[in-house]
Amino acid sequence: MIQHEKLENVVIRFAGDSGDGMQLTGGQFTRTAALHGNDLATLPDFPAEIRAPAGTTYGVSAFQLHFSSNDVYTPGDVPDVLVAMNPAALITNLIHLKRGGTIIINDDAFDKKHLELAGYASNPLNDDSLSGYNVVRLPLTTGTLKAVEGLGLSNKEAGRCKNFYTLGLVYWMYNRPMEPTLQWIEEKFSNRAELAEANAKALKAGFNLGETVELFNARYDVAPAKLPPGTYRNITGNQATALGMVAASQRTGLKGFLGTYPITPASDILHFVSRYKNFGFLTFQAEDEISAICSALGAAYGGTLAFTTTSGPGVALKAEGIGLGVMTELPVVICNIQRAGPSTGMPTKTEQSDLFQALYGRNGEAPVPVVAPQTPGDCFWMIMEAARLATKYMVPVFFLSDGYLGNGAEPWQIPAVSDLPDMKVTFHTDPDHFHPYSRNEVEARPWAVPGTPGLEHRIGGLEKHHGSGGVSYDPGNHEMMTKIRASKIAGIANDIPELEVHGDQEGDLLVLGWGSTYGAIHVAVDRMRARGYSVSQAHLRYLNPMPKNTAEVLKQFKRIAIPELNMGQLSRLIRSEYLVETVNWNKVQGMPYTAGELEELIEKLLSGEERMNPVDEASMADAR
Amino acid sequence: MNSIEQNGLNVIADKPEYTAKDFSSDADVRWCPGCGDYSILAQVQRTLPRLDRKKEEYAFISGIGCSSRFPYYMNCYGFHTIHGRAPAFVTGLKVTRPDLSVWMVTGDGDGLSIGGNHMMHILRRNINCNILLFNNRIYGLTKGQYSPTSEVGKKTKSTPFGSIDTPVNPVRFALGCGASYVARTIDREPKHQQEIYEDAYNHQGTSFIEIYQNCNIFNDGAFSQLTERDVKDDNVLPLKHGEPMIFGKESDKGIRLNGLRLEVVSLSDTSVEELLKHDESSQELAHTLALMIDRPGMPTPIGVIYREERSTYDDLANGQVETAIERFGEGDLEKLLHEGETWVVA
Ligand code: SF4
Repeated sequence: MIQHEKLENVVIRFAGDSGDGMQLTGGQFTRTAALHGNDLATLPDFPAEIRAPAGTTYGVSAFQLHFSSNDVYTPGDVPDVLVAMNPAALITNLIHLKRGGTIIINDDAFDKKHLELAGYASNPLNDDSLSGYNVVRLPLTTGTLKAVEGLGLSNKEAGRCKNFYTLGLVYWMYNRPMEPTLQWIEEKFSNRAELAEANAKALKAGFNLGETVELFNARYDVAPAKLPPGTYRNITGNQATALGMVAASQRTGLKGFLGTYPITPASDILHFVSRYKNFGFLTFQAEDEISAICSALGAAYGGTLAFTTTSGPGVALKAEGIGLGVMTELPVVICNIQRAGPSTGMPTKTEQSDLFQALYGRNGEAPVPVVAPQTPGDCFWMIMEAARLATKYMVPVFFLSDGYLGNGAEPWQIPAVSDLPDMKVTFHTDPDHFHPYSRNEVEARPWAVPGTPGLEHRIGGLEKHHGSGGVSYDPGNHEMMTKIRASKIAGIANDIPELEVHGDQEGDLLVLGWGSTYGAIHVAVDRMRARGYSVSQAHLRYLNPMPKNTAEVLKQFKRIAIPELNMGQLSRLIRSEYLVETVNWNKVQGMPYTAGELEELIEKLLSGEERMNPVDEASMADAR
Repeated sequence: MNSIEQNGLNVIADKPEYTAKDFSSDADVRWCPGCGDYSILAQVQRTLPRLDRKKEEYAFISGIGCSSRFPYYMNCYGFHTIHGRAPAFVTGLKVTRPDLSVWMVTGDGDGLSIGGNHMMHILRRNINCNILLFNNRIYGLTKGQYSPTSEVGKKTKSTPFGSIDTPVNPVRFALGCGASYVARTIDREPKHQQEIYEDAYNHQGTSFIEIYQNCNIFNDGAFSQLTERDVKDDNVLPLKHGEPMIFGKESDKGIRLNGLRLEVVSLSDTSVEELLKHDESSQELAHTLALMIDRPGMPTPIGVIYREERSTYDDLANGQVETAIERFGEGDLEKLLHEGETWVVA
């Protein structure tokens, strides 16, 4: 008799060959968990190669999902269950697994050829290398082939159904309904009835396998989470960014334009927005990154709410265009979905190493506002905020998301449209005493668009004369204009929310972060507080300017630790801005911080094991 | 049909009467005295009053270089952008503001060297705009280095032993990129320029105009064979659609097709009927005419080399928006936010 056990939290990791459809399997499980009312977070982890040679370690694609009856802030540190579709998936993902965790193995794929491709000298199923785990060996491929027998599929097509077979099994384990996925299959394969039937059969057969094999001694229930009341949907950061662009266009009352060039991991935003044409939102797939920013500026010049999306290498190419946006004071939002660099780096892996690029990556004194979302759903709010700042202050604004936020998903409470900020924009139309570089109360210049009678004027990248906007090489004027451009941005500090502290408002340690590390820091800080440590969290969604109470907040803590997925960029910024000491925690492995890693770092620091930060040691060594 | 009627605007009726002066801004013109740019500016300023647009509907977009100072001198909307990228600004502007008349000003360096890529794409997309490419075969603003249109062997500051790279032929380039309108004119031919500018304005799509422009400081006389009174008629072939190709001071020479090649013939022993007739709609002919500047002994054709009616990118892009609205209705944000699966937490 199989028992039902209640669990609060489960972390599953599906890993297989890129051709095995693991992203799809993970995505379907996510949907089902979301519809069930669990809180969740996901971490897709895929290779850069579209179809790396089958069976190799560099072709492994994984999808991690954390679902819970409690609040979820991260995709989970270590999985409870690892599904390994082949030896390469096992060898690359075993490090992620919890001791004592369950490994579901596709027995059929552990043949000599696949073991060799993965680099196994001997079959790990036959020695004791997996002895610390609960290993469940199942013939997933043959099981699938049998399930879809007689449907007239080719061997290859039949074999591809094994992701649904596996999904069915996991649905059984966690007592999940198959209906949402069955429905999805029907819609997805509506013009290939035989594939629809095969995948549905595979799913059901996988589910039945759970009942019959008696390899599992329990099924698990994870109750719905107690989320705040409202209507929810599942959303990735890139989806939220796309929706936020449309919302910003509607709330400013401006036509929308996205000029962009495909790049991992930002392309999805273009894919989404290009479907929203009935919102009057135009997308333009430019010939390159430079054309993308320049077309956006051209659109902004004409009075359109303009965006460009890219990743670090693209920002490098856009630098001159962004500088022109600073000089001509035109509103445009540059979305950098950061990835591991430098150069091409690791396109599918996440990193936060473009903060300095956003702040400083242009010639001349060219300050721009920088905002950063902290969760996938927050991308919606921060892209709107970026658009608000751009249009109100007439300036290019950076939106720094990353691959982890962009591809990661979470349940998102859908806001009422009437609750969205009103960002109405009015163009300048009065020809009386019109000066293109006059300033309003927030030092923004008027937005006067072509087609407006009596306001004909010229702008460009040459320095402007204060007020008239004529070309000026006057030394005093250049210095004044440089200062105005800077003070306009600095003034935004009066127009953004203050920095909030989670936990006690003062204490031994403040963990200060920005961007996608929010969830991991949150969990780590809460765990350490539960263990009695004096530690709090503050998270910057505005990097330039920073909230005006930042200095005040920093002062309330004996120490400040800054975990970042880079070599200490925010940390240096905080030190130079506020002249405070900081402890740098840095991870540049293309992977987000786990809460466990941060918990350990906090513990070490507060128990005195870590005194000096590694960057200091390095620079002192250099000095010698 | 012109663009204004297509856009459903009726601006012709209340368009004020303009003179060239209305299009002249109060900025001091800073080109070197004697530069060919002055004439181009004057001819554009003389052409605009004849067109069916109000002043505020013109936007002049440029890149970087001597030519790209142009917008400052026009009393219209103007945007002096960055080196080589003007086509991208034009694209973003025109696609979102199809109601405007957008003119792009560029040079041989700006448009064909640093900006060659963008030039290629604006031409193939057929954005409805007019491109004035000032070709002086030299870098002026950076003080005299050779350009991508400089002839092989050109001695300049950066090529003291002569340049070694094969020049690009702008008309061939434009045709190769799929331009829907390609013309050539010369700074010293005011009337011809005005005709071409007006004609280009009326063309729906990217109108690419190569303008031979004398840089009297760094490349003086580059086009003297085409501009000096005593020799020009023997070296310039004015193209007229449907008419035989005749040129020469005494109108005594013509162009004949011999196999796949063009040849110059004397009308003293060849009849006009045997001459090639210009056909602006023939892409084959256009490519052949484009090659003439690279063939010794051949006159340089000026006028409209190629013209093709085809949809513009801006029309198609906005058409997709209209179709989407017809099919799905005006976008409803509330609905969009709720797209896909949702669930309610009570
Ligand atoms: S350098 Fe040449 S092209 Fe430039 S303004 Fe002087 S004469 Fe004209």
